[in-house]
Amino acid sequence: MGTTVRGARSGPTGDRIRSDLVVRYEPGDGPLELRIRSKVGYLYGEAIEAAVRRVAEAFGAATGVLEVEDFGALEWVILARVEACLRRAGFEGEAVLPARAPGHDRPRERERLRRSRLYIPGNQPKLMLSAGLYGADGIILDLEDSVPPAEKDAARILVRNALLALDWGGAERMVRVNQGEPGLEDMEALAPHNPHTILLPKVEHAQTVADIGVFLRTLAGDDAPFLMPILESPLGIHNAYEIAAADPLVVALTLGLEDLSAELGAPRTPEGWESFLARQTTVYAARAAGVQPIASVYSGIDDPEGLEAYVRRERALGFDGIGCIHPAQVPVVHRAMAPTAAELEKAIRIVEAAREAEAKGLGAVAVGSKMVDPPVVAQARRTVALARAAGMLDGETEASDG
Amino acid sequence: MAEKARLVENAAGRLVPEVVNGREQTPYLGVGKFRPEGRKASPRIVTCADYPEDGDKQVPTLRDAFEKVGLADGMVVSTHHHLRNGDAVANMAFDAAAGLGVKDLMWFPSASFPVHANQLRHLESGVIHHIEGSMNGPLGDYCSQGKMRGLGVLRSHGGRWQAIQDGEVHIDVAVIAAPTADPFGNAHGLDGPAACGLLGFALADSIFAEKVIVVTDNLVPFPCIPWQIQGNNVDVVVEVDSIGDPSKIVSGTTRITRSPDRLRIAELAARFCEAAGIVRDGFSFQAGAGGTSLAFAIYLRDIMRSAGVTARFARGGSNRYLVEMLRDGLVEYILDGQTFDLDGVRSMREDPRHVNTSPFTSYNYHGKGNFASMVDVVVLGATEVDVEFNANVVTHSDGRLLHGIGGWQNCLAARTTMLLVPSFRDRIPVIVDRVTTLCGPGELIDVVVTERGIAVNPRRQDLLDAVRGSDLPVRDIHDLKAELDRLCGVPSRPERSDEPVAVVKWVDGTVLDTVWRVG
Repeated sequence: MGTTVRGARSGPTGDRIRSDLVVRYEPGDGPLELRIRSKVGYLYGEAIEAAVRRVAEAFGAATGVLEVEDFGALEWVILARVEACLRRAGFEGEAVLPARAPGHDRPRERERLRRSRLYIPGNQPKLMLSAGLYGADGIILDLEDSVPPAEKDAARILVRNALLALDWGGAERMVRVNQGEPGLEDMEALAPHNPHTILLPKVEHAQTVADIGVFLRTLAGDDAPFLMPILESPLGIHNAYEIAAADPLVVALTLGLEDLSAELGAPRTPEGWESFLARQTTVYAARAAGVQPIASVYSGIDDPEGLEAYVRRERALGFDGIGCIHPAQVPVVHRAMAPTAAELEKAIRIVEAAREAEAKGLGAVAVGSKMVDPPVVAQARRTVALARAAGMLDGETEASDG
Repeated sequence: MAEKARLVENAAGRLVPEVVNGREQTPYLGVGKFRPEGRKASPRIVTCADYPEDGDKQVPTLRDAFEKVGLADGMVVSTHHHLRNGDAVANMAFDAAAGLGVKDLMWFPSASFPVHANQLRHLESGVIHHIEGSMNGPLGDYCSQGKMRGLGVLRSHGGRWQAIQDGEVHIDVAVIAAPTADPFGNAHGLDGPAACGLLGFALADSIFAEKVIVVTDNLVPFPCIPWQIQGNNVDVVVEVDSIGDPSKIVSGTTRITRSPDRLRIAELAARFCEAAGIVRDGFSFQAGAGGTSLAFAIYLRDIMRSAGVTARFARGGSNRYLVEMLRDGLVEYILDGQTFDLDGVRSMREDPRHVNTSPFTSYNYHGKGNFASMVDVVVLGATEVDVEFNANVVTHSDGRLLHGIGGWQNCLAARTTMLLVPSFRDRIPVIVDRVTTLCGPGELIDVVVTERGIAVNPRRQDLLDAVRGSDLPVRDIHDLKAELDRLCGVPSRPERSDEPVAVVKWVDGTVLDTVWRVG
């Protein structure tokens, strides 16, 4: 190597590591020596060595000692951890990308259910392995708050590989990137690998979103991912509409109540009066801009009753979805987001009336003797879609294709 | 290795030794194929003339007790595992035997725990010749590495009763840890500092052993009621300061798993039972105390509650949740094999519908029936399952001994047997081409529930029909296997030695498979 290389390490710390690995590099003059220990060596020893060697070759690590301590990591994790270690050591090269999972190229959809979005820390592959199984409408691999500053570089590589190798089920493929310059680097690394939607933390100005929109189109053209700005400060709430309307890539607007409460100096309470205006503003801004309003997370993972009440309250304010921090929250959210039987019945009547009116070429829709305006029809269609997603419709209902 | 036995292929296609620890063996013949002959074993006839009329059989120490019953080289010494990892008595017994200079004992525990690593030094020094019983942790490694002088013999709880009653194993001295006992030797597990609920695993030992020693730290005057162990079978009683560490015997609280994958597996299993029509009035179930089984029981409870269904009986391992179901009328009887927490112990003490059972009533295959086969659905774990639904519960994928069989093999007799397993653990696939060690024949395993889907044994077309149209992720087991090959990579087959270190018995005493030396 022309540049100087240095000792480096990647991977988790602690003595209870599972489904992950620790990689160390020590510079040296002799030809590269691999020291690999793995608890699954008797089954995958050769495969592990081959994976490590591929990355070492791609990064031109030809000398020194590369030490791997594996605790049953899948291959895409091994590739990511070795790459992170070698980059930290000062090597540069072309990433060795993992085998693609089925569905990795599934196209993104602007209008889709976003009832639940499940946050997974971007530096914990163990938690990613089953993420696609829990039925969440979206999965967010998080590079921001759940990743400590010193691990941002490695998490970015892991998340990139997860976009390729992980089975996301039917979930929307979402990533929360960092703020500022690191966030741009995140997007640069991830944009080619079909993230459906990028969550932008702590947005305060429309210009930020507009600039990112330009940046993403430069990177990915028509395949640029959608955006979901997160409002986490009084200023962000103040500029909510402009932010939601800043770029056509924005599909949803959400808010982060933990940080907002801190800035307001008003701690979060179960009743939530301290954030009432912020939540209402988010809904108004999103609807005004024609994007989906999505509510903040509920942090009590052992409190399904509290979560259900929270979801019903946020839904009643107009929100279309909720953030989840544990898979067990997903079914509770879906249940609470489902319309009541009475709401559904009314919605079906409206959707069917709208279809009839359309068939007859009538501009106005009437249900019984009451005239119904287009926004009501649109909302009725959303209600029917929610009901179908919640399994309340068997498919034979006429309105179910609404 | 003490012997170099010839190996033969049994009906499951597994190579097994013809002779184990000097005894001729019958290789596994298939489910229900082996016909036993002869009469049951029995200890020698004794007379009251040789026992104190005042009923006081106490001696001061375990060493005195061993001297009194004539412990000698080469004898078989048994212990039970109701005190689990808190047991102090098995260690005490072999320490005392070592003090007497006795050699070459065979230890015949109903199960061993990490606390019993104490016996390593007795294996090394020659006090213990070999162990016939579950081995894990350091004892499992010792056996797996081929260091034991005889072959390990792994039996199910029912198989252990069968081996004792059929005379395959003749217990010379049974050492029975008793949370409460009287000087005559009557004993139970319901009370005392080391209360463990019941003593069912020691019952066969008390009936069939030549000599029986009861060790207690809670001596009460005659009569000790109820007498789960009858003093009429007991030779000597020893009072000690403590028979075990209560905090490691039963847990104060039972914890449900928080793992999303395990919760998903448990929920899928419970919903499968509902969709298959298993959850109906008068049904019966068995779920162990492991994290996933416990979560299953809780999902099942919620389904029963909303459907208004009552179970006729539940087979324990009992714990707080099962006890609550009994109390709430969701379950009419608990037929309990062991209690896992203090609520279980209390319920067994106070509620006559919480019944203490033994491997004789629940599991023994050489009896006139047992109730394991009357259970509608049982959920179990496994280390591996193959595409023919054969399962392994004793060894890790690398062949090391990991778990005992426990009641696992016996439970396979249930009408529907479900294995609740993750599809892989730290890259190690649980669904495999061929299990490392065969413990359960695939024809008895009906459903495999993983976080990635549910595989139903094609032999159970009735179950497949029953759940058709449900939204459950029912998948062909080959399809699941293919997904794992993609996720984890196709594993290479680990090399195995050709040196047996232990055998796995089937419930009828035939030899089902061999555990080979590792490392």
